[in-house]
Amino acid sequence: MTTKLFGEPVRRREDPRLLTGQGRYLDDLGEGAFEAAFVRSPHAHARIRDIDVSAAIDVDGLVAIYTWEDLPPLLAEPLPLLIPHPALTHGRTATPLARDVVRHVGEPVVMVVARDRYLAEDVCALITVDYELLKPVVGVEEAAQSAHLVHADVPGNVGAHLVQEVRSAAGLGAREAIEAAPHTLAFRLDIERSASMPLEGRGVCARWDADDRSLRVYTSTQTSTSVRMAIAAKLGLPLPKVEVIAPDVGGGFGVKIVHPWPEEVLVPWAAILLGHEVKWTEDRREHFVSSAHERAQTQFVRVGFDDAGRVLGLDVTILHDHGAYTPYGIIVPIITSTQLPGPYKLGAYRVEFSSVYTNTVQVTPYRGAGRPQAVFCMERTMDRIAEHLGADRTAVREANFIQPDEFPYDQGLIFQDGRPLIYDSGDYPGSLRMLKELIGWDSFDRTKELAAAEGRRIGIGVGCYVEGTGVGPYEGGHVQVTSDGRVHVSTGLTSQGQGHETAFAQIAASELGVPLERVSVVTGDTRRFGYAVGTFASRAAVMSGNAIALACRKVREKALRIAAEALEADPGDLEIVDGEVRVVGSPGVAVPLATVAVLSNPLRYAFDAEAGRATQFAGTSSFDRPPVAEGEEPGLEGRDYYSPIRSTFASGMHAAIVETDPLTAEIRILRYAVVHDCGNLINPMIVEGQIHGGVAQGVGGALYERMAYDEHGQLLNASFMDFLMPYATEVPFVETAHLQTPSPLNPLGIKGAGEAGVIPVSAVIASAVEDAEGIRISRMPISPSELFDLRRAAP
Amino acid sequence: MKPPPFDYHAPGSVAEALETLAEAGEHGKVLAGGQSLIPMLNMRLAAPGHIVDVNRLAELATVSVESDGVRVGALARHAQVERAEQVAAAQPLLRQALRLVAHPVIRNRGTVVGSLVHADPAAELPAVLILLGGSVRLARPGATRDVPAAGFFTGPLESALRPGELAVSALFPTLPPRSGTAFHEVSRRHGDYAVAGVAALVRLDDDLRVVTAGVACVSAGPVPVLVDVTEACGHRPAASADWASAARAVRDRIEPETDVHASADYRRHLTGTLAERALRDAARAASDE
Repeated sequence: MTTKLFGEPVRRREDPRLLTGQGRYLDDLGEGAFEAAFVRSPHAHARIRDIDVSAAIDVDGLVAIYTWEDLPPLLAEPLPLLIPHPALTHGRTATPLARDVVRHVGEPVVMVVARDRYLAEDVCALITVDYELLKPVVGVEEAAQSAHLVHADVPGNVGAHLVQEVRSAAGLGAREAIEAAPHTLAFRLDIERSASMPLEGRGVCARWDADDRSLRVYTSTQTSTSVRMAIAAKLGLPLPKVEVIAPDVGGGFGVKIVHPWPEEVLVPWAAILLGHEVKWTEDRREHFVSSAHERAQTQFVRVGFDDAGRVLGLDVTILHDHGAYTPYGIIVPIITSTQLPGPYKLGAYRVEFSSVYTNTVQVTPYRGAGRPQAVFCMERTMDRIAEHLGADRTAVREANFIQPDEFPYDQGLIFQDGRPLIYDSGDYPGSLRMLKELIGWDSFDRTKELAAAEGRRIGIGVGCYVEGTGVGPYEGGHVQVTSDGRVHVSTGLTSQGQGHETAFAQIAASELGVPLERVSVVTGDTRRFGYAVGTFASRAAVMSGNAIALACRKVREKALRIAAEALEADPGDLEIVDGEVRVVGSPGVAVPLATVAVLSNPLRYAFDAEAGRATQFAGTSSFDRPPVAEGEEPGLEGRDYYSPIRSTFASGMHAAIVETDPLTAEIRILRYAVVHDCGNLINPMIVEGQIHGGVAQGVGGALYERMAYDEHGQLLNASFMDFLMPYATEVPFVETAHLQTPSPLNPLGIKGAGEAGVIPVSAVIASAVEDAEGIRISRMPISPSELFDLRRAAP
Repeated sequence: MKPPPFDYHAPGSVAEALETLAEAGEHGKVLAGGQSLIPMLNMRLAAPGHIVDVNRLAELATVSVESDGVRVGALARHAQVERAEQVAAAQPLLRQALRLVAHPVIRNRGTVVGSLVHADPAAELPAVLILLGGSVRLARPGATRDVPAAGFFTGPLESALRPGELAVSALFPTLPPRSGTAFHEVSRRHGDYAVAGVAALVRLDDDLRVVTAGVACVSAGPVPVLVDVTEACGHRPAASADWASAARAVRDRIEPETDVHASADYRRHLTGTLAERALRDAARAASDE
């Protein structure tokens, strides 16, 4: 079989295992472990007066009850604020168990450990917490009015405030440019909350080895290496005595990059204290109220433009709902602010955000991470400009595009990684041309007329985005060829369904010239690789993909060097094909990679036939140099890291045709088209799968999902019965086309693809519903009931 | 999301089940399909001391067409009733409604009688029973009683079933000639509980004039709401009946509530729209008879 696998639609190797129930998820582990459950706050804002456990302590099977007062000093502190920022002047995080004040429904107050989860929940029900109720703050407007405070020491409920401004070429600020523009518009936009909502919630299982004084922790995380460091720090353990492993993880979508979660330090702490394995598996209700949400923003937009629709100045003020705490800093509003310009050259741009606290679940990145809000703002603005000028919506976008010969293009902003926001490559006009052809944009007017003649309402919408992917600082790869000819690849970042076992194996197989079957991939296991950042921000393929390629190149170089000696040839005359190093043009003169692996290690006990065979190549070693020469290492392995100068920018454009029912106001997506550019494709099938999944989540965010908080801060729809994630029946067939503008920044020329599909969907659906109805859409998601209300309110 | 402790009983006969239930009294709960009870247990919204599992009682897993209607046993699954051709022939509204109940995997497990006893005002089957004027047969040791649909549903998730009783079957009456039925609903996602839903029944005379027309609405009040629209649509030929006026009558009559999925106003509007569609379809079906 061919070993040139890079770019091939190889079937995912992990799927047979995962689809036939052979996956090992967190709850599959820890047979016989004690199980934890938590008493969580039923109030959005309250002071704890007393915790009474007297009714609970006699329950048979109860092992331990812990409150904040039981925690050792390091654990009793607030959890880390992972990503500080100068603009985050009032960052706040929670303690693992609430100390005195609870600030959202679901905040953990008491930890119970029992023989099993049933008993642990029975005990939780018998614990009485006496609360003094405080006024809750719900929604950004109430937070901004600051009649009540979420944190007594955070004035105005403002955690962070940041202004970025890019002046026009003529030196005008955005507000001046808008004043001077021939046309101006001002409007407000709103996006509601949604959440990552992985099918597998969070979960932790910890084993303490008292003899070895070592701790092994399994956790359903997007970053095992960082959880490991956090646990070592919080529990005061030597780092080498802590192992953290991400088993099969049933989805992350951002929520599992936050670390350490309270349970990730409490469960290991209890396991050490009790000398017994302890585990905690989050249930769905807990996930709704005690993990994280995202998306909610209110945006105030002012734009000035010329007769061609070119934006001369854009001024956006954002109220960002941060929930009760800021463990992940202000990454989300920073991404919104900086990705908002998208594929466009804005004359001048000013963006200001206030990140406000509310008595609701904390906000951390969810797939797209602030970009869906950014794109909603920019694309609604483009549609408003088109409407104002009576111009075609795509023509206005074309008038503003950065052109293909303008790369690298500096947007003049500082991105989430603290580095300049410079687009590396892209072809936005080409992408829009492909999209218009795919969806039939230019003939849609006729289609719409024909539908109208039948009494049907249909509309078309479009949305464009640019996505910074592959943020640093680094990832590493380790590649080892063993004497059986197998290739073992490991990287520290984790997998939550991305198909790394396939894509990374394709890279290694292509680089090393070995069949795919011989390559195995391990991710997220600190026993195999200790340094890593994690799987988020559409970075795994770019970061670990390139690191693995670089590590493979080291291995290949060494293999050729050793084989050259054995074959008495020049390394430059050798190639590796189907797992054999051979002389180019003389395929008969060859040595298997397995043999090269044996030769790479001077210790050569003849454990197996391969080692025995290698002795024929051993030759006479010189007695003048040591068996392992200076600068060499035994073994055929290599390790390397990829650390990019800055992010690489993928892009895409979506279009949809929707139908709205004139009577019932139901909204149906008839067609959905995607043109996507993530540079070179490692595996087009996996990229398409990522896009399909992303669009599905985007459809959820556009038409179905919301976190329905009432004025008391109670989440009214905390179950899959009432929080409506779309089924297969609600997700349209996704038509895709790929454009490939390789990234000049990394050896493989690739860009990230993980988040892409979700980013523009709300903008696209809003555009299409607006076109169908002739009613302005300023708030997403939209339900039939809301469309009905908009119709009645329409003039 | 684990249930509180309970004693589990798996009786081998109906008589034994009745004895067990009688003994458990108000602490007993019957487990049939479990599609509502199990989630309620796991969320600790229900905490019965005794669960009486009737899944071994094959004698209750029956569906039969009798002279006065379709009798559905307590253990007959939605899917079993939905697929039975003789049921569809005798009372087409059952299949029309069952196709709208959740998803196939839920219909494979959930039971028709269980849905009636659960008495969710958003569910389809209570509306069907009310519209057809059916009844539920309730048993306790040595006694059975038939409760007409009109008196069976007493509130949201509340029925005339008394502690210690087992609902052993339900009767869905068949219809006289020149009758037609239809069920229309709108749900947020495929298979969800309906935002609004309407079952319609229209009877015509030999000249194809409307004799009676009525609807039963789901998600329109604390119990399924039965509305007689015979007057509103006029004693006219089906083809020219005033269905729009009937829809107005329905909108006036119902009392839907606002929740996270839809406003009361939207539900009211939608119910009228669906009533008009369902009545037209029912009249067409009656004309084709």
